[in-house]
Amino acid sequence: MKITTEFRRGRLTVWLHGELDHHAAKEVIGTICDEIDECLPSSCILDFKGVGFMDSSGIAVILKTYKRMRELNGSLLILNASKQVMRVLEMSGIGKFIGMEEINA
Amino acid sequence: MKTVNYIKIEIPSKSTNEGLARSIAACFAAQLDPTLEEIGDIKTAVSEAVTNSIVHAYPDEIGKISIRGRIFDDNTLEIVVQDWGRGIKDIEQAMEPMFTTGGDDRSGMGFTIMESFMDKLKVKSAEGKGTTVTMRRRLSFRTGTKR
Ligand SMILES: Nc1ncnc2c1ncn2[C@@H]1O[C@H](COP(=O)(O)OP(=O)(O)O)[C@@H](O)[C@H]1O
Ligand SMILES: [Mg+2]
Repeated sequence: MKITTEFRRGRLTVWLHGELDHHAAKEVIGTICDEIDECLPSSCILDFKGVGFMDSSGIAVILKTYKRMRELNGSLLILNASKQVMRVLEMSGIGKFIGMEEINA
Repeated sequence: MKTVNYIKIEIPSKSTNEGLARSIAACFAAQLDPTLEEIGDIKTAVSEAVTNSIVHAYPDEIGKISIRGRIFDDNTLEIVVQDWGRGIKDIEQAMEPMFTTGGDDRSGMGFTIMESFMDKLKVKSAEGKGTTVTMRRRLSFRTGTKR
């Protein structure tokens, strides 16, 4: 999985590319946590535009990111989740407390 | 129900094989002319079952995982994922949403996803012997579908 990040005006954006499964999860959560610890952002955006597949391992990644952001009193937003990703996210009930948006820019 | 096609593969419990296993299942299911959503559901369910064998059945060793697929003449796909690892002590508890023995690396949603993305889910397990997960999904007949 390819991960790109950008930190600007308090906002950390993380673009994920590839398939987010258990095999990829360790590296992804490691990178996200390192970036959060370094930048101490007030908001974090996970952009799923490049994610073709996600399973329940991705739920754990999102929850960990959410907890980390909450410790900083920050917010988390999930962007551009595909239908398959949304179906998995819906199972988790994550949408009730994490913002999700589709931006087709 | 008659079996019209089958596949059997065996893989070592390496996490690189998670993607391989769900892709093979999707390719095998392709002959049923599934919708994109059906393919997504099948890939997700297979990924969950295979990941469980990799993570939970063989936590500190590389073990054997068998994946078998069957297609029945009523457009039903069956996938069986079997391991010979640790096994599950309390299956009912393991299948509860959010139950996990994997700490915060895991979400505990694997079985819940398999159950709701497939029509049928059967889990057989014995501690110290291994686990067999059998899933079935009947795919929609679409006009012009040939088998
Ligand atoms: N193949 C298996 N071998 C041993 N234990 C398993 C297996 N599959 C599932 N389990 C047990 O069932 C629990 C729930 O599984 P699941 O719903 O997939 O959640 P998760 O994988 O996130 O823990 C696991 O935490 C594990 O204890
Ligand atoms: Mg699981």
